[in-house]
Amino acid sequence: MGKPVVATVSMAGCFGCHMSLLDIDDKILQLIDLVEFNKSPIDDIKKFTKQCDIGFIEGGCCNSENVENLMNFRKNCKILISVGECAIMGGLPSLRNGIPVKECLEEAYLNCLTVDDKIIPNDEELPMITDKVYPCHEIVKIDYFLPGCPPRAELIWEALSALITGKKLELPYEVFKYD
Amino acid sequence: MSTIEEVVQKAVKKQGKDPTGMLEIIRDVQAELGHVPDKAKSLIAAGMGLSKADLDGIVSFYHFFSEKPVGKYAVYLNNSAVAVMKGREAVARAFEQEAGCKFGQTTPDGIIGLHDTSDIGMNDQEPAAIINGVVFTGLTPEKVKDIVSQMRSGKDVTEMVKEYGDGLNGSEIVRSMVKNNIRKKGAVIFAPFEQGSAVKKAVRMTPADVIEEVKKSNLRGRGGAGFPTGMKWEFTRNNSKGKKAFVVCNADEGEPGTFKDRVILTELPRMLFEGMSVAGYAIGADRGILYLRAEYEYLLKYLQSVLDAMRKGNLLGRNVAGKKEFNFDIEIKLGAGAYICGEETALLESAEGKRGEPRNRPPFPAQYGYQGGPTSVNNVETLCAAARVMILGGEEFAKMGTFQSHGTKLLSVSGDCQKPGIYEVEFGISLQSLLDEAGGSDAMAVQVGGPSGKCVPAGEFGKKISFEELPTGGSMIVIAPGRDLLTIVHNFMDFFVEESCGWCTPCRAGNVILRERLEKIMARKGTESDLAELAQWCAVVKTMSRCGLGQTSPNPIATTIENFRSVYESRLQKGVGFVSEFDKDKAVEEYCRIAGRTPYTEGR
Repeated sequence: MGKPVVATVSMAGCFGCHMSLLDIDDKILQLIDLVEFNKSPIDDIKKFTKQCDIGFIEGGCCNSENVENLMNFRKNCKILISVGECAIMGGLPSLRNGIPVKECLEEAYLNCLTVDDKIIPNDEELPMITDKVYPCHEIVKIDYFLPGCPPRAELIWEALSALITGKKLELPYEVFKYD
Repeated sequence: MSTIEEVVQKAVKKQGKDPTGMLEIIRDVQAELGHVPDKAKSLIAAGMGLSKADLDGIVSFYHFFSEKPVGKYAVYLNNSAVAVMKGREAVARAFEQEAGCKFGQTTPDGIIGLHDTSDIGMNDQEPAAIINGVVFTGLTPEKVKDIVSQMRSGKDVTEMVKEYGDGLNGSEIVRSMVKNNIRKKGAVIFAPFEQGSAVKKAVRMTPADVIEEVKKSNLRGRGGAGFPTGMKWEFTRNNSKGKKAFVVCNADEGEPGTFKDRVILTELPRMLFEGMSVAGYAIGADRGILYLRAEYEYLLKYLQSVLDAMRKGNLLGRNVAGKKEFNFDIEIKLGAGAYICGEETALLESAEGKRGEPRNRPPFPAQYGYQGGPTSVNNVETLCAAARVMILGGEEFAKMGTFQSHGTKLLSVSGDCQKPGIYEVEFGISLQSLLDEAGGSDAMAVQVGGPSGKCVPAGEFGKKISFEELPTGGSMIVIAPGRDLLTIVHNFMDFFVEESCGWCTPCRAGNVILRERLEKIMARKGTESDLAELAQWCAVVKTMSRCGLGQTSPNPIATTIENFRSVYESRLQKGVGFVSEFDKDKAVEEYCRIAGRTPYTEGR
């Protein structure tokens, strides 16, 4: 069997979970030995070139592009992991969920003090905004959830290596205790 | 008309700036202005030495306080499961049609406001509503038509009540259409009671002996948790030396389906107040507080008149029942619509004039209760039973019931039965025999103990009503075959989502998650794994929540999964791993309309 193939994506998130992934420091070299990266901002591969084993999802879905991206990941990855608060619960972006889309757009593009051209962008190239920010598991089947904002580097490392090696993941209380 | 300043000033002055009078202040302002506007909140805050944010917190916490005008006639229509069984939806539609506005709205002229409200303690005579504090029971679309036209003609709400209920409901001072529906009288609560007999007997004993007698009776709390009353009093007494201790009666019966305290408060307030005096004597308190749920405000004046009469008869006040240096008096504090305030520490917070959020325990109220003083918080029925223990003696009382449950229990029976109402039964009676008496023998299930209790299937109707087998605070909701259980469970989850105080995440977010998962299954989009996850979420909410609300709110789902699994399984999609409820076209519809885009569905 070849190396497991990992793909990653950051959707409605802040890239913090990817930063946390990079935060495993020199273990990144071990990781590279263990896995092969496919579609991911880390290696800048833009499209899936093969079937992957693990999809690492950061961020929830706030627009049509996120939704398609997520569905594409589901199609191309055997296992999907929701990584971090935004993917799991919607996170900060979902603070807009209590506000109608119309109000959000008007505030951002019409009423905001620093706006010059008062128009709501409608270019066909732009993704379409969804009525609210969705956690990933409401759209596709998610296999695992790694909590945290961001999840600690060790947790990401432990989780990925457990998945790859098939060893049981040790989850001491301190790792997911946040208060 | 008075200005906002005048209204607030008057309300604050009336309470003498006493912080525990906060709910009264807001209630006065709400009554006078029809709502509590921002300006009023700022003025109250300034008058009471609090911040505007404190007032925002308090006003938004309670259901009967509102920042928006609630209407000159504010209709609060009960939306509990039994109300729905009894035709609540047709009544609601009739209100909407006649008034010309939807629920959650007020008519443009501000005359009529329609609001949903959680159980109002009238399950035996649903559908029921509270309009400006007055209870209307047994509503039908025809009656609604009449009520709305009377509102339009400007009639006073009290004048709209034409027939009065039985017993003291019909008395000059109550004048309510509420019926007692006492179906069965037992030996503890509804046995003859001679005014003064309990407290006179108690003061002839030492406080320690009174506690001893209650311990001998094995009396346990009737609110549902079943804590031994004598032990609670002893703990409180042990902490009360040199401190100001309190007796608090929990008359915030908010558990959907229970209405026993309503009947006690109507027919036996003297027995209750004597029970409080006995408790006060035992623990060394000179003040008692009756925390009355806002839904029972219609009994307030009457209860105050009873207190006055007892003061005149030397059963309250100084040297109670002739006992030198035993001074005890009772005041009534009114809630403002919050189920959580039935939790004893939340109740204390609310009685102190704050948001009714539970406290961390320990310290327990016996150590640190009302205003920091050692406090015994007891249920209405418990205190009445304690009065009976004084009269009968502990040993005699203990002869009734089962091994771990002594005396009798008041059961509030409602739902699909011919004779809904109050049944005082000896502990140990089987559920089946209760159903036979109530005319609900063919039931499919009984929700024992209300939504926070257990959904008991017919196969377990032989179980005995007792702390050891089938504990209940009194709510017994009979469910006939043919009812959709999941619709009832969903109603219960609506209730918990609405009533969660929001302090802790497992309860605030967990109940919403539980409801969403349930809805997914009800919409036939659930899979085997959704059902498994639903059960897992039940465990999370149950074990992680801070107080009794979240620790019991998963029960409707958990116990129906356990006892009626097929109801869920029949709606699952079999052989499918995952079904999404997400509809992309619908999700982007609003944006496309606003931005003038044509939605596309295919690939980017």
